[in-house]
Amino acid sequence: MTQHRRLMRWLLALGVLHGVVACAGFFAPYDPAEQDRERPYAPPARIHLMDEQGRFHLRPFCYAPKLAEDVSNSLRQETRTTLPVRFFVSGARYRLLGLVPCRLHLFGTSGARVYLLGSDGYGRDQFSRILYGGQISLLSGLLGASLTLFLGAVIGTAAGYYGGWRDELLMRAIDLFLALPWLYLLLALRAFLPLAASSLEAFLLVIVVLAIAGWARPARLVRGVVLSVKERDFVRAARGFGATHSYLLRRHILPETSSVLLTQAAILVPQFVLAEMTLSFLGLGVPEPVPSWGNLLANLQQYSVLVSYWWMYLPALAILPFFLGYLGLASVLQERMGGAYKIEGDAS
Amino acid sequence: MRYLARRIVHAVFLLFGVSILAFLFSTLAPGNYFDEMRLNPQISPATAAALRAQYQLDQPLPMRYARWVKSIVHGEMGFSFAYNSPVAPLLWVRARNTLFLTFIATLIAWALALPLGVWSAATLGRWPDRALSWTTATLLVIPDLVLALCLLILAVRSGWFPTGGLVSVGFENLTPLNKFRDVARHMALPVAALVLSALPLLVRHVRAAVAEVLEAPFLRAAAAHGIPRRRLLYQYALRAAANPLISLFGFSVGTLLSGSLLVEVVMSWPGLGPFLLEAILARDMYVVVGGVLLSTLFLIGGNFLADVLLYWADPRIRTRTAAR
Repeated sequence: MTQHRRLMRWLLALGVLHGVVACAGFFAPYDPAEQDRERPYAPPARIHLMDEQGRFHLRPFCYAPKLAEDVSNSLRQETRTTLPVRFFVSGARYRLLGLVPCRLHLFGTSGARVYLLGSDGYGRDQFSRILYGGQISLLSGLLGASLTLFLGAVIGTAAGYYGGWRDELLMRAIDLFLALPWLYLLLALRAFLPLAASSLEAFLLVIVVLAIAGWARPARLVRGVVLSVKERDFVRAARGFGATHSYLLRRHILPETSSVLLTQAAILVPQFVLAEMTLSFLGLGVPEPVPSWGNLLANLQQYSVLVSYWWMYLPALAILPFFLGYLGLASVLQERMGGAYKIEGDAS
Repeated sequence: MRYLARRIVHAVFLLFGVSILAFLFSTLAPGNYFDEMRLNPQISPATAAALRAQYQLDQPLPMRYARWVKSIVHGEMGFSFAYNSPVAPLLWVRARNTLFLTFIATLIAWALALPLGVWSAATLGRWPDRALSWTTATLLVIPDLVLALCLLILAVRSGWFPTGGLVSVGFENLTPLNKFRDVARHMALPVAALVLSALPLLVRHVRAAVAEVLEAPFLRAAAAHGIPRRRLLYQYALRAAANPLISLFGFSVGTLLSGSLLVEVVMSWPGLGPFLLEAILARDMYVVVGGVLLSTLFLIGGNFLADVLLYWADPRIRTRTAAR
């Protein structure tokens, strides 16, 4: 496979994955915050095609759960009533991509709710929560990475292009930020910001923390590229013809940094998604009831959940395809740069 | 020697910079320990204000910084409001555990990564190399948070390993051998989580570095002279490939330190991680700043160790600095 084909393939896979999460409202059957008080910790529904008599049904179905007074030990029992799974049904309201009001869902059942990946302690649908949680985690990763790359590019270019005392000062600042272990830096920055915050504020805080914590490494790489580019003949020639600083930066220097920035983006996005997860897992990120991949996993900090409800581990599996996609993308991009500028490993 | 002296001066300046920055940020932060007190109806505002004055929180910033630096010199590192005691002794107990965990994990990770990487490079493109590449790629995809949780689940389900802490109840009464076994059993999972998360990157770098050297003419010549393959790989190739790997060593200390923060919280290892988290939630400012400063010190220490190793392993650095 050629390099270009492989690049396109990884991009396509990532595009599909992000598309599913972006349209979480359509793929998720229920609202992520809607509770079902009668069925906390319901195990994942078993979807059948064959019924008990051995007859084949074209439409998949599951058996309705038996609800009794004593919820705790009747959970695993099912009644004989079948719940056919219907496709393209109308259900809970949501906004597609956060804009278009919509009611259409990919699938759903009439009557009792079907929990594809089980339900959590409040009887909320795990499958829906994982999809919606992806929106928070991926968005904070993507926004944080864009912000930090922007900062890194500006600071790195300023240091490399102008040189002198500015370079000296900025390099010392970079050293300062790289002197802390990554997670300690994240926690320290988070510690110095308000703790009690609404979901939206907390989300924005996480993005700001990520952006401030991550700019140093891309800045150093960009500086290296700018230092070598500004001595190249075509740049000298342009300067000789009387090009202004802004023209040189815009036309000749910034375009040369694009491959480094792209590769850094492919490395930083998963690292930042993971950082958001870690912060939320530790209770310093996006709080309940808004789901994020990190606070979904935070349930596992309770011993009873860890021992009894295996489907609460499933959010951990959901994130693996995304990490695989970004890893593949990063390795192809790194290959394409041909080792011209060596990328330091990720500091997770 | 001048090279090492320069590194030490650099490290001291870095620590100084981090301390100023951390202190500055911590005082700019909204809310402090005594603000949380205001929520408690049993404590009057006057009491809270008196406490603020007692801990000199009402004085100007440079004064407080100077006072804090002085307390570091005295071996106190400020005062923990939550524990009502100087920070340094509290921090030291936890930091020792973190250091212990990270040290063992670093040791094991490198002890595994070197032979695996060399083996991979020696069989480039054949099945051991390909199997190892697949394994490292798989491990690279699994984030450390998930890895730690998986191991915790394994421990809980199987009951083979204790699920938290450093020692069992009744540790003092054990014989030295059993003491060692007890600590080893408690360490197994945190160390495994750290090693598995750091290993793939290390193996890949060792493989790349050794594979590059293996093509060099001097190694072909050495092979033609009939030097045994094992000696060729470990004494000649590894030595020549050491330079980038030693830089990687400094880097791996940082990775393992921040990895250990998470692993400690997940596996309830009594280290800096859970302590720092608790202090952040309680707004116990001096503990947070102290913990951050200490982690910086460890990372700088790791990098300094890498510099020393580099100085020892690479004669070019010695001659370059001597000529200057």
